[in-house]
Amino acid sequence: MYPHTHHQQDQPILDVLSLTVRYNGRVALEDLTFHLHEGERVAVVGPNGAGKSTLFKAIAGVLQPNFGEVKIYGSRPRGHVCIGYIPQRTQVDWNFPVSVADVVMMGRSAKLGPLNWPHKKDWEVVHHALETVEISNLAARQINQLSGGQQQRMFIARALAQEAELMLMDEPLSGLDTPAQEGLLNLLDRLKTENVTVMVATHDLDQAANHFDRIMLLNHRLIAFGYPDEVLHTDNLLQAYGGRLKPVDGQNILSVDDCCDDGEHEHIH
Amino acid sequence: MIVVTMGNMSTFIDTLLAPLQYEFMQRGMIAAILVGIVCAVVGSYMVLRGMAFFGDALAHTILPGIALGYLVSGGAREPLFWWSLGTSIVAALGIGAISKNSQIKEDTAIGIIFAGMFALGIALISTVRSYAVDLSHFLFGDVLSVSTSSLWLILIFGGIVLLIVFAFYKEFTTLSFDPVLAATLRLPVGLLNNLLLTLIAVTVAVSLQTVGVALMVAMLVTPAATAYLLTHRLSHMMILGAVLASLSGVIGLYLSFYLSIASGAAIVLTATAFFMIAFGWKQITQK
Repeated sequence: MYPHTHHQQDQPILDVLSLTVRYNGRVALEDLTFHLHEGERVAVVGPNGAGKSTLFKAIAGVLQPNFGEVKIYGSRPRGHVCIGYIPQRTQVDWNFPVSVADVVMMGRSAKLGPLNWPHKKDWEVVHHALETVEISNLAARQINQLSGGQQQRMFIARALAQEAELMLMDEPLSGLDTPAQEGLLNLLDRLKTENVTVMVATHDLDQAANHFDRIMLLNHRLIAFGYPDEVLHTDNLLQAYGGRLKPVDGQNILSVDDCCDDGEHEHIH
Repeated sequence: MIVVTMGNMSTFIDTLLAPLQYEFMQRGMIAAILVGIVCAVVGSYMVLRGMAFFGDALAHTILPGIALGYLVSGGAREPLFWWSLGTSIVAALGIGAISKNSQIKEDTAIGIIFAGMFALGIALISTVRSYAVDLSHFLFGDVLSVSTSSLWLILIFGGIVLLIVFAFYKEFTTLSFDPVLAATLRLPVGLLNNLLLTLIAVTVAVSLQTVGVALMVAMLVTPAATAYLLTHRLSHMMILGAVLASLSGVIGLYLSFYLSIASGAAIVLTATAFFMIAFGWKQITQK
């Protein structure tokens, strides 16, 4: 077994205090303070380059903060194996010669410990995880044969196999068609029963408002964090998106002129 | 269409057996097979992680170490393995550290160091009178002069490399596919990276006599890349790569024997031909 920290159950699953991270000399995150409750689903919304990925990496303990601290159940993330980081799909080498089940099994690496090969129990965990995300029929496929939605499901299964209690998902919905997005959002709803806490970075303010318990508005600083109707105000959005947010003539609609990878525009009513 | 009669069959077998009467050919064959297996297994990770340039640079960087050993030992070949092993490990970890901490882009830093070290190696060897012959052996390999004791070193160190890859297969694979996952699973990422660099370094030292410094990268990446085109699982890629590399070694040595061409070059050309065939086949079947 690789070393890991035990949880103090009386502490919040995630407690972030004055978190500041500099990236190549520029401030990526400045003075973030917030905490999450167990089983909560939070959407992290902000323009490109707002520091969403940086925030997730700092929470996962992959990036070291320059100032402030992140605590998972009362201690630093470095020792915890309960944080599942789900990368952006564009960050993954889809031609890597592994099957779907192989990738999900990677989530077991820490639990298995050094010099151990997967046991029968580990394969059962993997198959159960694949069943939960409804792609057990794809277990033996090479990963480049998956659709975008299936790719995300595979990574969620990997986090489940890892027995992650906090899932950090970096833009899981971008680039998916509407049915795939809906399917994934429904799956996230169902994960609530497994008591997994979820943070999702997203561009879509509508989905953030409809499918998540709380919304975090981020642009290097924490602009607002709370229930959707508290957060999604013109003032807050203007602060987050600045000049890229334009009121649409004569209507109570704001258009976000954000430079997404796929060039789509976002609307909030 | 080739019709094989009994007479043709026996001449074919004679053709295969004739070179094997020579002990140096037997030793060369065994060395080429062993080296091929180790190179393909370690090379699989290099192909997947985009480390071909690193492998090429590493092989060239150890030349001054070999040259120094050559000068110190007065031209004896046996101690050279240890000199190349030592230099290779130091160079691999050194290049690894530089590429992590450098202000200059990684490939530029590696390029500067590898060319500089390579030049130093040539300068050192050029102080010896039999310079041209010796240098060509270091550069292009001399598998037919492998001694029995060298063969044992290849077997032992190659075996250690394979054992370590087997033991840390899931860690190396997880790290290569998704370094962020490896970090969140709290795998010892730095240690594993350095272990992999060390394995590559040992592989280079083990393979030196077979293909030499200049052709080393071909043994490391070509059979593994061929297998990458034809398989969908890493374990299959390693096994097929090992088979292709061993076959390249054997076929290459036959070509070398009958066509009187340099052994290292013949092995690499055979491996390259396999790659071209696989690449062409892939292009045709995918359309």
